[in-house]
Amino acid sequence: MTRIVIRLKLSTGGKRVKYVLMFIETEEYLKELDAMTPGEREQAYQRVYQWFDDHRDKISDRGNKLQGAETATTVRLDGGVAMTTDGPFIEGKEVVSGFTEIDVADLDEALRMVKTWPACPVVEIRPVAEM
Amino acid sequence: MNADVNAEVSTEDELARVVRDHAGRLAGALVSLLGDFSAAEDLVQDAVEIALRRWPVEGIPDRPDAWLFTVAKRRGLDVLRRQQNYRAKLAELQHQDEQPVAPDDRLRLIFTCCHPALAREAQVALTLRVVCGLTTAQIAAALLAKESAVAQRITRAKRKITDAGIPYRIPRDDELPERLTEVLTVIYLLFNEGYLSSTAERAHSRDLVDDAEWLTALLHGLLPNEPEVAGLLALIRLHRARTPARFTPAGELVLLEDQDRTLWDQTAIAEATALLTRTAHRHHAPGPYQLQAAIAACHSEAPTWAETDWRQILVLYDMLLTLQPSPVTCLHRSVALSFVEGPAVALAEVDRLALDTYPLFHATRAQFLRDLGRDTEAHVADERAADLTANPAQLDLLRERLAR
Repeated sequence: MTRIVIRLKLSTGGKRVKYVLMFIETEEYLKELDAMTPGEREQAYQRVYQWFDDHRDKISDRGNKLQGAETATTVRLDGGVAMTTDGPFIEGKEVVSGFTEIDVADLDEALRMVKTWPACPVVEIRPVAEM
Repeated sequence: MNADVNAEVSTEDELARVVRDHAGRLAGALVSLLGDFSAAEDLVQDAVEIALRRWPVEGIPDRPDAWLFTVAKRRGLDVLRRQQNYRAKLAELQHQDEQPVAPDDRLRLIFTCCHPALAREAQVALTLRVVCGLTTAQIAAALLAKESAVAQRITRAKRKITDAGIPYRIPRDDELPERLTEVLTVIYLLFNEGYLSSTAERAHSRDLVDDAEWLTALLHGLLPNEPEVAGLLALIRLHRARTPARFTPAGELVLLEDQDRTLWDQTAIAEATALLTRTAHRHHAPGPYQLQAAIAACHSEAPTWAETDWRQILVLYDMLLTLQPSPVTCLHRSVALSFVEGPAVALAEVDRLALDTYPLFHATRAQFLRDLGRDTEAHVADERAADLTANPAQLDLLRERLAR
């Protein structure tokens, strides 16, 4: 039986990938949040702070929580004239509510992190383009 | 079919087998070496395409792995001229006899191709191409899809692997069960695609059932202690053992109840059943593939349809439904139920299922209605089934029944 011999040391380690996590809220989630007592809400925030603290070595930019989608203004530049409208660029039941940048080995590490996220019910993981 | 066509087919099969045995292994090693999934895969595909052109003329080389390796390496040095990094690595790569063994990287390859961040159809196409060494044209023919669509699916998936940082790695122990489920789903899908498709339409295309069995056997060899991998392997082998009886010489589908059981491959059945039993002894609480295989084993061991151990099958379906509730599984269970509790109970059971657009639902109802002597209603149900089915072999069967 012939085999392929690899005499080189395999160096796949070392490479890091940056991702932006986009936190997404749903109507139901906002309702749940509204229905909370101040004490419960405080606990919910604490769980979020704890998550950021647990993963601080992988978070390269904490990013920000955003104001509600009703505060969004969208400008469209593709029609020849700049069109300014009220609201997010896509009207929907799910809206981006915050973002954070992380720096990890690969998508699996990002997935592991995101699976422990204690707040809003949807998170989109996007690799940052290398410019 | 004349002898020439036969010879042609068998050479093609032989080619496909040789490519499959070596292409994935080479891809695995090259991805490890280059650290670039897409580039490594391109090299192997190139080599495979060249092999498929030249081997039918020149004959299959004595050492196909070395041949593919040499071509891939030469192409690599050529194509990647500008990428000094790859060039240096490739130049170092040697192929020698009787040397320390490069690890079989195909397990990593499988997990990358079946990563949950890829769409299901991309996982399927990528696994066929990268792990089994199929060309894009072969995949398109087997899946009855357009070649351009398959090519685009693969290109996008490869780009996502690179850009989104999908790792080339065997998942950690705590992630393995979930990721293995994903891999088994892809293989099961391939198996179903191959098994349920008509023979006539795809007589000259790739037998995906064969690829599914090969992949599962490979996985079983690499992860021998995973009970569900063994379960899926037994399931596929038990179904394949009945292949000689599934179609008439004219290509018409024969239902399990009407099959000539002397045509079944008893050796294959015995081996698959033994594998299933060994697995069951070592692990408690069987998973869905083991349960489905156990149901298939019950059928395989029965001397006739009527003498099938329906009570045992009913128990197995109940266990399966506990793990994976599904109306289609309920429908299959109802057949066993009709033998244990009678067709009236079974009919009442299926009438609760929301499967109105599923042909088999109406065909099964028709059977129970006939058993109850309600022939007019049975006829209506069979007609509905015939209207819904797209599979030519099933359609023939229903038409024949309607004509009676």
